[in-house]
Amino acid sequence: MFRIDRRLAANIEWPLLLLTVLLVGCGLMTILSATYNEAQPFSSHFIKQAIWAGAGFAGLLIAMIFDYRLLHRYGYVVYVAAVFLLVVVHVAGTDGGGARRWIGLGPVSLQPSEFMKIAMVIVLATNLHRWAGGAYLSLRKLLAPIALFVVPGFLILRQPDLGTTILLGLVAFSVLLVAGLRLRIVLLAALVVGPALPVAWQQLKPYQQARITSFLNPQADPLGAGYHVLQSKIAIGSGMVHGKGYLQGTQNSLHFLPEQHTDFVFSVFAEEWGFVGALVLLGLYAALILRGLVIASKAKDNLGALLAAGLIATVFWQVFINIAMTSGSMPVVGITLPFLSYGGSSLMALLTSIGLVMNVSMRRHVY
Amino acid sequence: MFGSHEVPNELRRRLSITSAAVVVALLLLVLRLWALQIVQGEEMSVLSENNRIRMRRMAATRGRIVDRHGKVLVESEASYDAILVPEDARDLEGMVETLAQYLDQSTAETTAILERAAGRPRFQEIVLKRDLAWEEVVAIETHQTELPGVTVNVTPKRYYPEGVSLAHVLGYVGEVTREDLERSKTYRSGDLIGKSGLEQVFDGKLRGVNGGRHVEVDALGRELRVLDKVDATAGQTLVLSVDLDLQRAAEQALGNRVGAVVALDPNNGDVLAMASHPSFDPNLFNGGIRQTDWKELVDHPRKPMTQRAFRGQYPPGSTFKFVVAAAALEEGTINPFTGIHCGGSHRLGRRNFRCWRAGGHGRVNVVQALAQSCDVFFYQVGQKLGIDTIARYARAFGLGAPTGIVLGNEKGGIIPDRQWKLDNMKEPWYPGETLPVAIGQGYVTATPLQMAHAVGGLAVGRRYRPRLVLRTEDVEGTIVETLPAELVSGLDIKASVLDEVRQGLVQVVNSSGGTGRNAAVEGIVVAGKTGTSQVVTLGRKRIKALDMPWQHRDHAWFVAFAPAEAPEVAMAVLLEHADGGGGKVAAPVAGAVLNEYFRLKQLRGPSRYVQN
Repeated sequence: MFRIDRRLAANIEWPLLLLTVLLVGCGLMTILSATYNEAQPFSSHFIKQAIWAGAGFAGLLIAMIFDYRLLHRYGYVVYVAAVFLLVVVHVAGTDGGGARRWIGLGPVSLQPSEFMKIAMVIVLATNLHRWAGGAYLSLRKLLAPIALFVVPGFLILRQPDLGTTILLGLVAFSVLLVAGLRLRIVLLAALVVGPALPVAWQQLKPYQQARITSFLNPQADPLGAGYHVLQSKIAIGSGMVHGKGYLQGTQNSLHFLPEQHTDFVFSVFAEEWGFVGALVLLGLYAALILRGLVIASKAKDNLGALLAAGLIATVFWQVFINIAMTSGSMPVVGITLPFLSYGGSSLMALLTSIGLVMNVSMRRHVY
Repeated sequence: MFGSHEVPNELRRRLSITSAAVVVALLLLVLRLWALQIVQGEEMSVLSENNRIRMRRMAATRGRIVDRHGKVLVESEASYDAILVPEDARDLEGMVETLAQYLDQSTAETTAILERAAGRPRFQEIVLKRDLAWEEVVAIETHQTELPGVTVNVTPKRYYPEGVSLAHVLGYVGEVTREDLERSKTYRSGDLIGKSGLEQVFDGKLRGVNGGRHVEVDALGRELRVLDKVDATAGQTLVLSVDLDLQRAAEQALGNRVGAVVALDPNNGDVLAMASHPSFDPNLFNGGIRQTDWKELVDHPRKPMTQRAFRGQYPPGSTFKFVVAAAALEEGTINPFTGIHCGGSHRLGRRNFRCWRAGGHGRVNVVQALAQSCDVFFYQVGQKLGIDTIARYARAFGLGAPTGIVLGNEKGGIIPDRQWKLDNMKEPWYPGETLPVAIGQGYVTATPLQMAHAVGGLAVGRRYRPRLVLRTEDVEGTIVETLPAELVSGLDIKASVLDEVRQGLVQVVNSSGGTGRNAAVEGIVVAGKTGTSQVVTLGRKRIKALDMPWQHRDHAWFVAFAPAEAPEVAMAVLLEHADGGGGKVAAPVAGAVLNEYFRLKQLRGPSRYVQN
C-alpha cells in the first residue's frame, strides 16, 4: 500500500508542486520583510515559518504516497478525529487575542480548525461520491452533508472565529455545487437571500448592529478595523505600478499595518512589488487553482474528483476573500492568504492539501 | 485502460464552469488592484509618505439616568479637553514647559500623565487635561503654533444636577485604569467608565459605542480634512423606579442626621426612594477627583462614601418583633387571645431581662404587645419558639441574605441560629442568647433595605426583589429593554396570621398606647413598628441619649407600610446613633415621607403610579 510503484513515481504532478514551492517561497520572502528589523534580519517569525514549511513538505509527501481510495473506508474516521480536536480546543485550548483556537503542545501550538477544512472536504467527498455527476442532489441527500458541516461550524463559531466558519461553509458549498447541487436552486436562493441581507441589516438600529457584530466577532473593534483597512489600502495603493522595492515598504516598517505578517501580508507584498508583482502573484494562484481543477476533472473516480476540487476550492476562497478584504472591498473577517500568511498550522494544512491533490493526480491511471 | 476517465461528464461540466468562475473572480481582484494601485496610486502614495492619517476618537455620549417620571438625574454635557499626540510634538519637554503657561496644571502633573500613557500605540492621543476653563481653551487655540501636537477636543462629561442626592445609587464615573483595560477588551485608554453605583453596574448600556474620524493632519497635528467617519452611538437611558420628588422628601426628612431611608412599592419591589446621609457630590469625580477632595471624603468621621441603605448593617431592635409575632402565631405558640403578663422584666436562670418600660405593660396579647412594643411578651414567646424557628421565619421574610438589588456589595445582615454560632464562634448556642434575638438585639443585624423589604413582604404576603431600573431606552425614547418585577417568594404564612400581625402594626401608629403615633398621616391608615437598638450594653442604668457620646447612642428605627388595607408603599427609616428612640425620632421621618407620598399621589392621579 505504501510501496511506491515505479509507474506512480512517473506520474508525479510536477507543475502543481512547482507552483506550490514558488508560492511558499513568496510567503517566506514576504514574512521576512513584514517582520524585518535591521538588528535581527531573520526574525523568529521567519525562522518558525521556514521550519513549518519544511514540516509541511514532509506532510505533503505523506499525503501523496498512500492511496487516497483508502478514504472510502477511513473518511469518517478522519472527520471524527478533526471534530474531536475542535472539542479539545474548547475544553483545554489556549487563548489568544480574545479567542480560543489553539492547542498547545510544548513549543508548538496547533490550530485544529485549519485541519478541519481538509477533514470537511474528505468527509463530504466520501459522503457524496456515489451520487456526484448523476441526478441533482435531492433534499434528503443534502441532510447528511449539512449536518456534517453544522457540527464543526458551530464549534469554530464558538471559539469565536467567524472567518473560518464562513470559509468552512463556502468550502462545503463548493463541494456540493460540484457534486450536483441544482444550480437553479442555488441561484434562486442567492437572489432571495442576497439582496434581503443588506436590507434587513439596514433595518437594524446601530446598537443592534453593534450587538450582532460583537456577538459574531467579540474581539474586533469596529473602529480599529476601519483604521486597519484604510492603512492597508494606503499600503497597497502606494505600491503603484512597480512597488517600492523589497524591504522598502514604509507603511509596514512604521507599523501602521496591523497583523502585517498574518491577515494583511498581501498589503506588505503589494506595497513592495506594486501592481506588477500583484499580477504575478495572482497569476501563480490562478495557475495553481486551475491546474487543481484540471486534476479534479481527470481524476480516476468521483472520490478523487471531489477531493481535489474541494481542497482547491479552499485555496481559492481564501485567496479571494483575503485580497478583497485587504483591498477594502469586504469586511475584515480574519482569513489568511494561502502560503503567504504566517501561521504554522495553516501552512501545514495547505501543503497537506496539495499532497492529497497530487495523490489524486498520480493515481488517475491506476486500477 | 490508459487515458480513460470514469468521472461522469456532468461532473466535468461543472468543474469547467467552476474554472470559468474562478477566472472571473480573480479578474475582479485584478480590477480592484488596478483601481487602487494605478488609478488612486498617486493619492495613496502622498498619504503613505506623510503618515498623516490619524484616527480621532469621538466619545459616545453616555446615556442619561432619569427618575420614573422622566426627571433628569444624570446627563452628559460638553467638556473641552486638551489632547496631545506626542509624535507631533518635536520637543516634548519644551512643549510641557510652554503648556504650563496656558493651562492651570503644573509641569509635574503633565509629566506624570505622559508617563502613565507610556506604552500606548503610536499616534494615539493622550488626554492632558479634561474640562478646560474657557480661558484655557482660548489660550491653546491662539498659541497653536507654539504647541505642536496639542489640540482641543470636545467630549461629553457627566453632570449630576441633583448633586449629593441619590449619589450612592447613581455612583460616579472615572477614567479607565490600566487594570480596567487589562480586564476588558471593550475599553480604550481615555474612556470614561462607571466606577460605582448604577454607573458601574449598567456601564455597558450607558456607555454607548465610540465613533471616530479618520482625518488627514498637517505637521502640527491640525486637521486638514476628514477622510471618513463612523458616528458614535449614544448610550441608553436608564429609567429608574425612583421618584425624585419622594427622594427629595426622604433626604429632607433625614436632614443633617446620619442614617438612611428606603421606600419600596411592595407590590413589585420598585425602589421609590433610597436616601443615605451623609452623601457626596459625584460631580467632584468628573475628570478625576482632586487628591484633597478624595482625602476629605475618605477621612470624614461620618463616612459619606458609605451607602447605609444597603451596606449598613444594624441590629433591627424592636422592628424585628413583627417577625417573631408572625412566627409564634403560625407555629401555634400563641393565639391572638393569648395574654402574657409583663411586670417590667423577665427572669431566665440567674439573669434578669428588662422590658423598656420599667413599670411593665400588665397583661397584653400579641396586638397590644406589638403596639406597645412590650419586650417581656417577646422574651417569653421567643424562648418558646427557640432560636432556630425564629431564624427560619426571619429568613422567610428575606432577612439574613442580600435582597438582590442590582447595586454591588449589598450586605445581607446576620440571622443567627445554632449552626451559625457553631460556625462563627465555635461555641454552642446558649438559651439566654435567644431572648435578645427575640427583640432584635444580640447577634441580629439587618440593612434598612432588608427591613423595608421584609415589612413590604408582611404587607402584601409575598416578596419582590428590589427593582431600581424599570427599563432602558434609546436616544429617541424607544424602549430597548424592560426589566420585569421579580417575585422572590410567597411568605407561606397563613393569611389570618399576617392579618393579625398587620393589625398589631396598625395599632402601633393608631392606638393611644402605640409607640409610633408620630408616623400618622391624615386620612391614611399607616401600619408601622418602632425600634431602638442598643449599641452598648448599659447594664442597670437608664441614660438619656444626649448625655452619651455620639457613637454610643442607640440607633432609632421605624418600619412602615401604608395604606394598611391596600399597601402600596413600604418603608424603613434608620437613624444612626440618634438623639432619641425610634418612636420619637424615626417615626416622624417615616410620617413625613409617607405624607409626601400620598400628597404626590393625589397631585398626579393614581394611574401614574401603577407600573408593573
